Amino acid sequence: MLLEVTDLRVAYGKIEALKGVSFGVNEGEIVTLVGANGAGKTTTMRTISGLRTVIGGSIKFNGQDITTMPSHQRVKLGICQAPEGRGIFPGMTVRENLDMGAYARVDQKSVAVNEDMERVMQLFPRLRERTSQLGGTLSGGEQQMLAIGRALMSRPRLLLLDEPSMGLAPKLIAQIFSIITEINQQGTTVLLVEQNAAQALRRADRAYVLETGNVVKMGKGIELLDDPAVRAAYLGGR
Amino acid sequence: MSLSDAFKELTSRPARTVSGVGERVGDMPRVARWSLIALFVVSLYLMPWWPEVPLLGWLVDTPGTSFEGVITDKVVIYVLVALGLNVVVGLAGLLDLGYVGFYAVGAYTLGVLSSQHANLPWLLCVPIAVAVSMISGVVLGTPTLRLRGDYLAIVTLGFGEIIRISANNADWLGGSRGISKIAKPPNIGPLKFGILDAKPYFFLGLTIIIVVVFFLRRLEHSRVGRAWNAVREDEDAAELMGVNTFKFKLWAFAIGAAIGGLAGTLYAGKVRFINPSNFPLQLSILFLAAVVLGGTGNMWGAILGGAVVAWMPERFRNFADKRVFVFGVALVLVMVFRPQGLIPRKIRKERWLANWKPPQRTPQFGETGTGRG
Repeated sequence: MLLEVTDLRVAYGKIEALKGVSFGVNEGEIVTLVGANGAGKTTTMRTISGLRTVIGGSIKFNGQDITTMPSHQRVKLGICQAPEGRGIFPGMTVRENLDMGAYARVDQKSVAVNEDMERVMQLFPRLRERTSQLGGTLSGGEQQMLAIGRALMSRPRLLLLDEPSMGLAPKLIAQIFSIITEINQQGTTVLLVEQNAAQALRRADRAYVLETGNVVKMGKGIELLDDPAVRAAYLGGR
Repeated sequence: MSLSDAFKELTSRPARTVSGVGERVGDMPRVARWSLIALFVVSLYLMPWWPEVPLLGWLVDTPGTSFEGVITDKVVIYVLVALGLNVVVGLAGLLDLGYVGFYAVGAYTLGVLSSQHANLPWLLCVPIAVAVSMISGVVLGTPTLRLRGDYLAIVTLGFGEIIRISANNADWLGGSRGISKIAKPPNIGPLKFGILDAKPYFFLGLTIIIVVVFFLRRLEHSRVGRAWNAVREDEDAAELMGVNTFKFKLWAFAIGAAIGGLAGTLYAGKVRFINPSNFPLQLSILFLAAVVLGGTGNMWGAILGGAVVAWMPERFRNFADKRVFVFGVALVLVMVFRPQGLIPRKIRKERWLANWKPPQRTPQFGETGTGRG
């Protein structure tokens, strides 16, 4: 298993946001965590990328225990997150933002970085049109694309996507999701957190349902999509 | 909105991509460029004689005080301090309200080593003083740089006061009487560092500034500079991109402190007498005002800001006891009309498109990674 999270517990002061979350991601999969507001999805993501410290449990990446490893070192192992919302550098140009994505790489100025840059531009043609524009002046959708593109520039083994569809128009959401599938088909493992459960479950190999800091259900994406309880809670179905 | 949010808003507001003087000079042919830079530097070295130039002299001269004294005692030192503070505040985005502390550490180290407890020569004391300032930056930074925003500002504010009050109460630092007979720089050929002629001190200060500018320029455009940029823009995002944010913030603090300490030694070596009242909180605020006024994050802005803040009150001596008020009004006016400072930070011109060619083959992300190591 590429990522193995066991009994993860995280607290903000006295309030426990994660009360023992366990799940795993296999190499090559798209796995999604779905859940309502406050279920602990973003906290889980921030803990995996190292921005939050744990009070219990463990995180293993590729067999190595990374529970207490600082964030910036996890990037070198191949975990990279596109943060929720506007996690881009607003005062840097699109190009500089993408360059920052490659910051942790050892082959910074190599052909490989240029190739990856080209690859990102092909995935997101909008970014190519705006290379010298400041990140802060992009639209919400473009910023999201930039955040994903920037994360890809680090050549992650595991890409963490936190709410990539947040605040986007439906047409753009569909586009972002098909790009996520494409990235995955090219070999990058994806862990996806979404409120847009319908789309996420349809795309995911496996899914976990989070509720107030606990995993309450897991299964294949499609199966959960048909699960009456999940439908009632997240999909507005009968 | 908290103080530091307001500050962040001010400092990270995206500047427009404008082609500034620097870029125009950069685009000139090599010979023209270097002769222009040489001319500029020479004219700076001739600054003590500026008041004798018609028009320029009327503009810059300081009535009631010697212009030479103003540029050596204040301008050169403020410019150096502003350069150092700009690293902390402008490049790394850390609001430091106690910068005078490092300035004091530099000055006191020179005082202690060359007069109070030992008789070491100036040339030996200065590197030690710079190192001690740097260490004090690391000592202050290590526990406090985990704080963010307003909390960091408050802690640094306290640091500045701690240094001053400690100096006031420590007998081995001369207490409130201070330290006198501090070593002066050694004479270099015709340059005699005495009381009569201030020019040698000015030349020395200007030379140090040029060296520091050169050093900072290299640093700004290096991997370190990029890391600072990212930290200032969004600390979490920087960490997620693999930047060791703590390490680079500490570096910013250490380098800033070293430059502040260097300015302190320059000051102490010139006036040759220091006491705690030379290092009030007000000075920290004035230093910060210099950086913000000049243009946070822009080295040339910091230089101009430092020079203006040092020189303006002297220029306004005609207004007698109202000069500080006039100075304040002038500062407010500048901030109203140029909220990003006199020389705002610019986005570097995109030169990469010109020499960037798309690769022959389209790679796939899943390919065996060369990206990690």
